[in-house]
Amino acid sequence: MWFTSFAKLQKKGVVGMNYRNVELIGRYNKRSSYPLVDNKIITKKIAHDVGIAVTELYSTVESQSQLKNLHDILLPYENFVIKPNHGSGGKGIIVITHRNGDHFVKASGDVLTLEDLRRHISNTLSGLYSLGGRYDIVIIEKLVVFDPMFAKYSYEGVPDIRIIVYRGYPVMAMMRCPTRSSDGKANLHQGAVGVGIDLKTGKAINAVVRNRPVEKHPDTGYDFSGLHIPRWEEILNIASLSYDMTGLGYLGADIVFDKNMGPLLLELNARPGLAIQIANDKGLRGRISFIDAQKDIRNAKERVAFSMNSVSLI
Amino acid sequence: MSSKFQLFFIVFILSMLGISIAFYKVVYLDVPLTPHEKKSLFTVTSSIELQKTKNPIVVSLSLPKPQDGMKIISNEVDSGDFGYTISHDNNLDRATWAKRELDKATKIYYKITILSDTLYTASSQELELLSSGIKDSQIGLWDESEQNAVKTLIDYVHKHSADDVTFVAELITLFNAKQTIEPINTLLKIKGETKISLISAILQHQNIVFHKLRGIELLDGQKDRMLITMLRVKFANKWYLYSLKDGQITQSSNFFVWHEGNSPLLITKGESKAKLRFSVTETKVSATTIAKNMIKDANAEFLNFSLYTLPSLQQNAFKQILLVPIGALIVVIMRILIGFRTMGTFMPILFSLAFIQTTLLSGILLFIVIIGAGLFVRTYLSKLQLLLVARISAVIIVVVAIMSIMSIVSYRLGMDEVLKITFFPMIILSWTIERMSILWEEEGSHEALTQGGGSLIVAVIAYFAMDNVMVRYITFNFPELLLVILSIIILIGRYTGYRLSELIRFSPLGK
Repeated sequence: MWFTSFAKLQKKGVVGMNYRNVELIGRYNKRSSYPLVDNKIITKKIAHDVGIAVTELYSTVESQSQLKNLHDILLPYENFVIKPNHGSGGKGIIVITHRNGDHFVKASGDVLTLEDLRRHISNTLSGLYSLGGRYDIVIIEKLVVFDPMFAKYSYEGVPDIRIIVYRGYPVMAMMRCPTRSSDGKANLHQGAVGVGIDLKTGKAINAVVRNRPVEKHPDTGYDFSGLHIPRWEEILNIASLSYDMTGLGYLGADIVFDKNMGPLLLELNARPGLAIQIANDKGLRGRISFIDAQKDIRNAKERVAFSMNSVSLI
Repeated sequence: MSSKFQLFFIVFILSMLGISIAFYKVVYLDVPLTPHEKKSLFTVTSSIELQKTKNPIVVSLSLPKPQDGMKIISNEVDSGDFGYTISHDNNLDRATWAKRELDKATKIYYKITILSDTLYTASSQELELLSSGIKDSQIGLWDESEQNAVKTLIDYVHKHSADDVTFVAELITLFNAKQTIEPINTLLKIKGETKISLISAILQHQNIVFHKLRGIELLDGQKDRMLITMLRVKFANKWYLYSLKDGQITQSSNFFVWHEGNSPLLITKGESKAKLRFSVTETKVSATTIAKNMIKDANAEFLNFSLYTLPSLQQNAFKQILLVPIGALIVVIMRILIGFRTMGTFMPILFSLAFIQTTLLSGILLFIVIIGAGLFVRTYLSKLQLLLVARISAVIIVVVAIMSIMSIVSYRLGMDEVLKITFFPMIILSWTIERMSILWEEEGSHEALTQGGGSLIVAVIAYFAMDNVMVRYITFNFPELLLVILSIIILIGRYTGYRLSELIRFSPLGK
């Protein structure tokens, strides 16, 4: 069936866009807190303050005039990631994995010149990728060297872990694995695999590509049933702490797993999408009302324990 | 919970306010609800024909008063070269014309236009009651045989009637009978008494409350008529209208009273042959015309804020502006309830406004051609590595150029519709092109076409909603209904259920 009914979605406890916008974002996310997550530089700073590890910031480009020195700015780094500070949805991100003479090589193998980078940064500064098209800052950060154990589940890109945090409690998690059709980006819209992850164990539950269930990664051919994310509790802790540092009641924490550094907070999202429900084959409603029913006040560690032991069962 | 209550409260208040103002306008001010509705307007024209004379001449005509169920919309006078004044005297309006001498036969016209409206009630001026008591002496002045005749007549009528209503009917019928009975013959012989004065005298004697009225029936095509005299008689707090011709009780709904009471209808000085005649014509008028008059002339203070009080240029602008909320409503429905994705929240409205000017089909074609050509040029521009602002400016110039070229070429080819291309919002077009090309690069052609197509579909639907004659009429004549639209939008804004498109999106979850 290519469509379903209101009653079935209701029964499954699926959260729709309107419910998310009014009852979750509208109710729990204060506008004034948005800059904390929309501005990646601030996010890194406050994360650092509460002791969350983040991807290392190399440098920033704040004005067109700095572009003259782009060569010098990039000189110390063999590989790096260029991002718009106010970007969203993975737009405007360029990942340079290594250099080849004067050229920069992207994850996909495409080669860019310094001039290409300069143009991209210039566009970004003029607001091409930022929310609302305002002037932006470009950040240059360290490339995440993802753990080889994830190599089986990713094609030309870094898989990341998205955790939805509701009022401080991790309520749902998924791993987003880039594919050939997603152009190495961990973006479900473009065809990345969404793998639902069990809150208690960090093991895969279910996987979908473009909303349709799959067993294996379409490019690498590995079965997702073998996927087991290590240091799971640590990852949930990062997610739970990001609530304390932003105060956003409905929050998406994107976490990557670096080979050397372990789990790193990549970015936070104040308007996380709903595709995670499809990846988990489960609606969010049940867990949300379960948490609404909680009267005890818990700290981040206790909330994680509660999520792993109780919320995961709902 | 309290915020939800507040919301419903506001929605309730807003929609009640909007609906009740509209209701008031429809029912009490008679503003038609649909543009197709035709209403009857009756024009009653009185003409006074005057012969030429050397004497100074004064003519004075009694004028009608407002009355229940008949709304006087306008009056108009054509006095030729007479001096014309209106006097208010003894609770009676009179129009007076005067002239030193009249060198040729002349006609003076006094015209009033009436909207027959069953719900209209005239501001109740206490009608002067011509009843009973005081003038009873009239009968007392007559001689014995005449007084006996009155008594016999009253006895006779009394026997042949059941109550006051039938009494009056019988009395009038007797006076009108071809073969009048004896007492009536006696009475009619009294000097200076007429049928009407006799009936009045007897009714007064019987203590029956009545008025004498003169008026005309509102039927199309009456020409050169005299006013009909009627008696309006009060029984048990109800008024009955008797025709003096046959004693029948007539419907008052289309009887327009021109003159009441015993005072003369027409007074002339210096001219004896003045001829007063009335004619009635009915015209069917479109609702819009009446709406305009009704809203404009209404005495209600708040309607002075009506859009009809604006200069006509601004009125036309507002006809467009008031359609925008309808477009907004469509966008809200399409996005929140259906789940269409559009490029830019309200961009579709701007395009549908443009479609209204260009007509739909040529509008869509122009849209596709400009966007297509723009995207093509934009792809090239992106290779030139321009800064964003400069690039969009360049796209704007390209759009302007495309528009000019299309206009010139199509004009040469004789396709005038393309000339309306100027109604397309250039800046919005340019931004659309820019956004679409970024979408194309970032998310692929599928997403770009989905959103572009979604915008186009929403624009077309909004076009159909806004270009509707009914919608145009209602929005302009009942702008208060905007409050209802506002409350609908507020309600939809709190809708937390699923979008129609989510039935497809989440279908894997509904297994």
